[in-house]
Amino acid sequence: MLSRTAQNLFWMGRYIERAEATARLIEMGRRMTMLPGANDEWRSVARASGCASDLADDPGIAAQDIIFRLLLDPENPSSIRCCISQARANAKAVRTALTSDMWESLNDQWRLLETLDGDEALADLPIWLDWAKQRAAAFRGAAETSLLRNEGYVFLRLGELIERVEMTLRLLDVKYYVLLPETDVVGGGRDFHQWTAVLRATSAMRAYHHVYRGDYTPWGIAEFLILSRIFPRSAHYCYLQIDRRLGELAAMHGQRFPCHRTAGDMVARLADTDIQALFQSGLHEFVGDGIRVTNRLSTEISRAYHF
Amino acid sequence: MFDEMRTQEGAVRAPYQAIAEWLSATGEAALRGRQAEAEALFRRIGITFAVYGEGGDPERLIPFDLIPRVFGASEWRRLSRGVRQRARALNAFLYDVYHRGEILKAGIVPEALVYQNEAFLPAMVGVDPPGRVYSHVVGVDIVRTDSTHFQVLEDNCRTPSGVSYMLENREIMMRMFPQLFATNAVESIDEYPSQLKRTLQEVAPPACKGEPNIVLLTPGPLNSAYYEHSFLADLMGVELVEPGDLFVDEGKVWMRTTRGPQRVDVIYRRIDDAYIDPLAFRADSLLGVAGLFSAYRAGTVTLCSAPGAGIADDKAIYVFTPEMIRFYLGEEPILKNVLTWRCADAGERDHVLANLKDLVVKRVHGSGGYGMLIGPHASKKEIASFRQQILAAPDDFIAQPTLELSSAPTLCADSIDARHVDFRPFCLVGREIRLTPGGLTRVAMRKGSLVVNSSQGGGVKDTWVLSD
Repeated sequence: MLSRTAQNLFWMGRYIERAEATARLIEMGRRMTMLPGANDEWRSVARASGCASDLADDPGIAAQDIIFRLLLDPENPSSIRCCISQARANAKAVRTALTSDMWESLNDQWRLLETLDGDEALADLPIWLDWAKQRAAAFRGAAETSLLRNEGYVFLRLGELIERVEMTLRLLDVKYYVLLPETDVVGGGRDFHQWTAVLRATSAMRAYHHVYRGDYTPWGIAEFLILSRIFPRSAHYCYLQIDRRLGELAAMHGQRFPCHRTAGDMVARLADTDIQALFQSGLHEFVGDGIRVTNRLSTEISRAYHF
Repeated sequence: MFDEMRTQEGAVRAPYQAIAEWLSATGEAALRGRQAEAEALFRRIGITFAVYGEGGDPERLIPFDLIPRVFGASEWRRLSRGVRQRARALNAFLYDVYHRGEILKAGIVPEALVYQNEAFLPAMVGVDPPGRVYSHVVGVDIVRTDSTHFQVLEDNCRTPSGVSYMLENREIMMRMFPQLFATNAVESIDEYPSQLKRTLQEVAPPACKGEPNIVLLTPGPLNSAYYEHSFLADLMGVELVEPGDLFVDEGKVWMRTTRGPQRVDVIYRRIDDAYIDPLAFRADSLLGVAGLFSAYRAGTVTLCSAPGAGIADDKAIYVFTPEMIRFYLGEEPILKNVLTWRCADAGERDHVLANLKDLVVKRVHGSGGYGMLIGPHASKKEIASFRQQILAAPDDFIAQPTLELSSAPTLCADSIDARHVDFRPFCLVGREIRLTPGGLTRVAMRKGSLVVNSSQGGGVKDTWVLSD
């Protein structure tokens, strides 16, 4: 496969995943601001998005500004509009590596988003957030059912997984303080909402409920998002999948690279850790380290496959 | 004026019987509804024509007209023989001018017209392309002026585009009106991509053993024909590469892949000569693959079309194609040329200048309907400006009578009305010559207009060839 094609597919996966994750984040912000006493929630949304920390620190900032930045801002390469446009541009550049179902899932209604203005978008925010999530779902579904299982598929999936694990880790990085034991002592309704917000931003409410029977504790939530082997947005699950996909590439190419080692090490580390030990050695340090390793992994993959 | 569907007495011509019945059974209102549906389909599939830097919608749709243009079986047989004949002669001419130049020595084509032509590439002299093929896809623009006469307006020997519309227009029509195809014997055009691939395989370098690695070279997504490039690469199952994906090492061409460099044997390039290799041609080109041309000359890779093939479709050379057919093939031309005056010739120039208001004046090297004068539709000012331009550089212009292009029924803003059409079939030249029964019918959507180019607001139609 052309290196440029691999690169395009990898980034297409990342952009689409990012658009969806950003939509979830905004949704979390919306929910939190509907609660009594909420005021700073948009700031942590801005921080977790990784592309609006300047707004988070601006004392005079309004929710609308943050929503606009994340949803439509043409200057923000991580806004939902830019992500989807960028994914579409990537798709266009590698049309031959996509199936027509995949292309149509991205191209359909793309023009709607292109011409949307800020006021319209804010007025119908839930509709647009759903729309972004549906685009991502349609694209993933089209890839799942129509794309040949060759290396292109693997690069697409790798991009998605890396973006996904990064988003979960970044959310934990911003929100870790609400999960620290001392907040447990403070207790009260507010914390409950803070914890559930983290779950909501990763679409993990129901899933968590199934696994922990509705018993919300900071340990439980941190464990679920970092160590669960079955929750598709947890760091552990994502790394298991990354490791598996990289293994497929190694089998196709008959060659292993530093990225294989990095992913393997991370999987081993996650498998060997329990949540007790993780809190003892420092949740924040662990999460920060996870983000650095993931960034490095992304670079190592592009180096190994010449893009 | 000749209408494709109706005779002057208003009777429906035989090939159009089914279309006429379909039109009256469907009705204009229903057809209009389907038109919107077709447009949505095109948009969703992403068949757009990119026109960047002109403001407005950067991804424009080419207007698609639902009413097919039809050729009867016998009409097609004649056209087909004529097009194949022309494609053979043009390639023979290219081989000749880059070798011994017999046709020049025989005094049939003036030497200066070839050797001093911008489209003539001295670096190609003595190069032997596989199969002696220079132009692997010949697009011949044909107009019809009456029931028996087809005339060639121009040849396109470099990288003619539009074949994706031929394929997609049919696809859309079959999706929308399956019953039309069930009840009419329309020749299939599905084979085009595999025939193109076979053509490219046939011209692989002689040193290439086994299955040649074919790629389609595109300037990239900003090119107006990018959709076509990706579409064809997809249907042939070959890589769609940009110049940055290729490099030359030790005289061989390679593409960058996830497994490292991989050898390339045949390049179906959809990039102009000037941009394929900054070392050989334009040094300021940002496109291009350094060293590609010398690899080509060394015979390690085949370029389709060959560099320098443009000399055969130059509008000043066009005048001589009937002579080429006689000279190389010993046959009489089946398709006529349009009467053409070369402004390079003093006598012909005087005639042109005296009759500008009745003539169509074209630039010799231009394309796409830009920089063209249509005398009867032009203002006094435009005519005066062309007079100045012709006097300043007479060699750059040719003139032709304003032809009454045939018209075909077209769904227009307020009725079904006759609009002028032309036709471009795509002839494939490898070890064999192949011609898909169909092509691209372009239609001038404005009433009375004779300009069918998509860059000038022209539309397209599905083209049917009926089988016997």
